[in-house]
Amino acid sequence: MSDHAADDTVPEVDESRRKFLIAATAGTGAVGAVLTAVPFVASWQPSESARAAGLPTEIDLSKIEPGQMATFFWRKQQIYVVKRTPEMLASLPSHDAELKDAKSEDSDQPAYAKNDSRAIKPEVLVLIGTCTHLGCLPKTRFTPGDASVMANWPGGFFCPCHGSKFDLAGRVFQGSPASVNLRIPPYSFEGDNKLIIGVDAEHKGVA
Amino acid sequence: MSTVIKSGGFRAWFNKRLPVDQFVADQLTGYYAPKNFNIWYFFGSLALLVFVMQIVTGIFITMHFKPGEANAFNSVEYLRREVPYGWLLQYMHAVGASFFFIVVYLHMARAFLYGSYKAPRELLWVIGMLVYLALMAEAFMGYVLPYGNMSYWGAQVIINLFGTIPGIGPDLVEWIRGDYGIGDATLTRFFSLHVIALPFILALLIGLHLVALRQVGSNNPDGIEIKEKLGPDGKPLDGIPFHPYYTLKDIVGVGLFLTLFAIVVFFIPTFGGLFMEAPNFEPANPVSTPEHIAPVWYFTPYYAILRAVPDQKIGALLMALSVAAFLFMPWLDRAQNKSIRYRGIASKLLLGTFFVTFCVLMWLGLKPADGIYVLLARIFTGLYFAFFILLPFVSKADGNGPVPDRVTYNAH
Amino acid sequence: MLTSKHVVILALLSVAGAVSANEGGHAAGWERQADNEIANLPSLQRGARNFMNYCSGCHSLKYIRYSRVAADLKIPDNLRDEFLVKPGAKFSDYIKASMPEKDAVDWFGKAPPDLSLVARSRGSDWIFNLWMTYYADPASRQTGVNNLQFPGTAMPHVLAGLQGVQTVVWKGVEHKGEDGKPVVTKEFETFEPGVAGSLTPVKYEEFVRDTVNFLQYVSDPTQLEREGLGIWVVLFLLMFTGVAYMLKKEYWKDVT
Repeated sequence: MSDHAADDTVPEVDESRRKFLIAATAGTGAVGAVLTAVPFVASWQPSESARAAGLPTEIDLSKIEPGQMATFFWRKQQIYVVKRTPEMLASLPSHDAELKDAKSEDSDQPAYAKNDSRAIKPEVLVLIGTCTHLGCLPKTRFTPGDASVMANWPGGFFCPCHGSKFDLAGRVFQGSPASVNLRIPPYSFEGDNKLIIGVDAEHKGVA
Repeated sequence: MSTVIKSGGFRAWFNKRLPVDQFVADQLTGYYAPKNFNIWYFFGSLALLVFVMQIVTGIFITMHFKPGEANAFNSVEYLRREVPYGWLLQYMHAVGASFFFIVVYLHMARAFLYGSYKAPRELLWVIGMLVYLALMAEAFMGYVLPYGNMSYWGAQVIINLFGTIPGIGPDLVEWIRGDYGIGDATLTRFFSLHVIALPFILALLIGLHLVALRQVGSNNPDGIEIKEKLGPDGKPLDGIPFHPYYTLKDIVGVGLFLTLFAIVVFFIPTFGGLFMEAPNFEPANPVSTPEHIAPVWYFTPYYAILRAVPDQKIGALLMALSVAAFLFMPWLDRAQNKSIRYRGIASKLLLGTFFVTFCVLMWLGLKPADGIYVLLARIFTGLYFAFFILLPFVSKADGNGPVPDRVTYNAH
Repeated sequence: MLTSKHVVILALLSVAGAVSANEGGHAAGWERQADNEIANLPSLQRGARNFMNYCSGCHSLKYIRYSRVAADLKIPDNLRDEFLVKPGAKFSDYIKASMPEKDAVDWFGKAPPDLSLVARSRGSDWIFNLWMTYYADPASRQTGVNNLQFPGTAMPHVLAGLQGVQTVVWKGVEHKGEDGKPVVTKEFETFEPGVAGSLTPVKYEEFVRDTVNFLQYVSDPTQLEREGLGIWVVLFLLMFTGVAYMLKKEYWKDVT
């Protein structure tokens, strides 16, 4: 049984010790709270299933006719693969003045695609089929001279949502709501006929 | 008087619109709690902590869990193996459910020890019992969701219990299931109840529980009302402000609790098959019953009582009564003194026997219903109800002795 | 004087007593422990190879991917593709059984179960004992073998080539029957070697242990990561509790 302390002298309150201990506890607690948040935030990262589904896709190029485009899904995006004919390639340098970013300075592509044909091998164009304006799927308008697109149309892509136009290297025309060229995914070749989307030609690693 | 300091100005602006300072003054620094709280008084705040943890882990699990027959089991394995730290979310939630009940049972035990259910706290106790009932429903449904084999058969047994209700029984069972047997319909509605409806109800009831507590003030291990002895400043002589004394003390409790919780989550999450039962690692199989169907440990005392009676209807009725009996504690206990400290040996023996009985019934519920366990279950079921039947007489007889004037407090 | 402390201690002791009484199960003579070593990478790697060679024809591990097994067990890509990944499967696929389910049902009556979680649902001791206790029983079993852990199983002794087929020596044990009269039942006494296999008993046991080890890993692949992280979490929490306790003590000096 305890008796109530009849002490009239309450010990002096050590304010500095209290402040220190409050800071220590609050500091440790804050660190703990942040560390606790880590697994919750990390759980939003793509799961093993997502990463497995997003592994590189192999494409047999011999199945695509020259002048034709085939589409594939990679990492939940549409990929356009176009087998460009010599005529298509010849049309590329003819309209630099009408393009917003002819040299792809401001646009987003791997280093090996920052050239005149925006490709490793000129005959094979690989694009992410997402309009750089607001994300619609651009439609093909490969026929040159198609006046319904615009005057002196060299051939390329036309986005139906807001009218952006891109040439046969995915470069955006003046007057389009989009401001940069169509994006290019990491890709590389294995042999002559195998295109691998998702393996960066430079780094040879999985993107 | 307005100050020039910017924060002071903002503070005044804010408080005029949302009375935060007033709330802090009323509920924290101005709320006086008895200074003689002991270890039994940690479990209320810990229960709140576990509730919050279950909600947070539950929110993140729901991002990956797919309810329904086709995908539930697979989605849980997907969460454990393929979602970054998914295993941690799942173990915390499963272990958290068991820890919730450990904490709640200890919290309720405190009320038995110190008469915290007695006037003027009867409603506080009743609301707490409603929280307990809602929690049992929440835990039951949560366990069915992963749709392992024990999920299926546990649900089968418990839902079939409702079939014992005279007249409406069989129709009621079909209504609960939404189908002729347990399946998709049952799982999807349990998902909705478990994730949305019951958490809201629990939050509401817990809120009411806290309001009711603050209204009458807390009891204490000596069972004497501290508000009856006020000092010259109008504050209870044996009271101390909740903040900083109990906020800081509760933080230590939280630290110790989380340490214990972490040891289980990271090293013994299935806890020998008690927290996560082995048969539940097999998908639900309507044609293959596990060797021993047992609910998770926190339900087994009532399950033991159910099985003790050879008649299904009477067994179910007794089981319901065994839970409902708790509701009547404030009126069954007729002692003048609240705390067990100031009651006689008979009361102490009676209460001690009840605690032991509850634990033994819990153990018996996990055992198969054969051999000596049957006899033991009957004996201890008898003892269980004997507690409630004898309490009015024993409490009246030896709960009226002298109580101290002031609380017993040892500085710590 | 009986205080609440005594009441609580009594309750806890009764629980402890009940739990320990519960553990006093009678182990049959052939029951042994699996003694998993889930940190033993070489053992897990051998177990993975064993599983792919002897089990994956009929049993799938549908919740784990080849790539996951290879990453966790530190198996290099070329060995993974050569020894783990089945022809026609991609390295990121889940591990499927070779036998089509329809055929399995036709031949065995029911499809061989997926084994991703068997070490959790039945326990690794059970699996270990399953593979150690096959014995010759041509009289009562069509397959010619029976099993002490799983009597009457339809699962054939696929490892008979490795272990051979042992025989059981039974002993008669007398005890009281239900009506009080003495009854003699046969109980396991010991194994005797019968037909020899290609592995010595020691090597066979190692084979089984490796495979059970692997199945334990498959049932809970994050176990090592979990325990490793756990040490730090517990240490941090102890430190936090210590600091919080000092703070509490400091303020509670006020309370007399």
